[in-house]
Amino acid sequence: MPEAAKVVDAKGQSCPMPVLMTAKGIKEIQAGEIMLVEATDNGARSDIPAWATQTGNELVESEEADGVMKFYIRKK
Amino acid sequence: MASHDDDTPDSMTIIAFSGDLDKLWPTFILSSTGAASGMDVTVFFTFWGLFPLVKDDVRITGYDAMTKALAGMNAPGMKKAKLSKLNMGGSGAWMMRKVAEKNKLAPPEELFEMCQEMGVNLWPCQMTMDLLGIEPAQMVDGLGEPVGAATALQKMAKSDINLFI
Repeated sequence: MPEAAKVVDAKGQSCPMPVLMTAKGIKEIQAGEIMLVEATDNGARSDIPAWATQTGNELVESEEADGVMKFYIRKK
Repeated sequence: MASHDDDTPDSMTIIAFSGDLDKLWPTFILSSTGAASGMDVTVFFTFWGLFPLVKDDVRITGYDAMTKALAGMNAPGMKKAKLSKLNMGGSGAWMMRKVAEKNKLAPPEELFEMCQEMGVNLWPCQMTMDLLGIEPAQMVDGLGEPVGAATALQKMAKSDINLFI
C-alpha cells in the first residue's frame, strides 16, 4: 500500500459527504503526497474516482474489503 | 454557449425555485459536490426557493395581509420546508427527515453549510424579496448580494450545466 500522508475516514457517511470530506482533506496535504479515503457508501465506489478525474488528482489505487472501500489519491 | 476545455474549470448554475424539502436535497448535494470538484457553482434562489433562506426563528415575512398570508401558508425557514408530495401536514416531511437520518444522509441545513464552506455562490432573487417582503435581515448569513434576472442569466450563459429545481 502507498504511504498515506493523511487518512480521511468517511465510513458510515452517505452521499455526498465522502466526496466533500475528500475535497476538504486534499487541501491539507502537499502536491505529490498521498491521501487515503475510507468509505462504506455504495455511491463512493464511482463518486471518488469521478471526483479524482474531475479535479485532476490521481487515483493511485483502490481496494475493497469487508465492506470498506479504500482509495489512495495522489494530490496533483 | 459555454466553452468547455481542459484548461477551464466547469461551472454550474442552479435555479432553486421550489423551496420543497425533497428538492433542497438535490440542490445542495449537487452544488456542494460541484464546488468540491473544483466547479464554479451558483445557486439563484427565486420565488418559493427563497423561503428556506429565511432564518428559522423568523415566524412570518411580508409587508401586508396577502404577503403575510402567503408566508403563513408556506412557513419560512429550512426546518419548516415541506415535501413536494405526500407532505401530509408535515408528517411526510418529518418521516423523510427520519429516513434520511437513519441512512446517514445529511440534513439540508448541514449540506447548506457545506455549500457555504465550499464557496458556492448563493444568490437571493431581489425581485422575489421585494415581491414577497422578505427583508435581508430576516435571511440567513453567508448569502451573496441579491441579484436580478439579468445577472442570473449572465451566469447561466457562461455555465456548462444549468438546472431548474
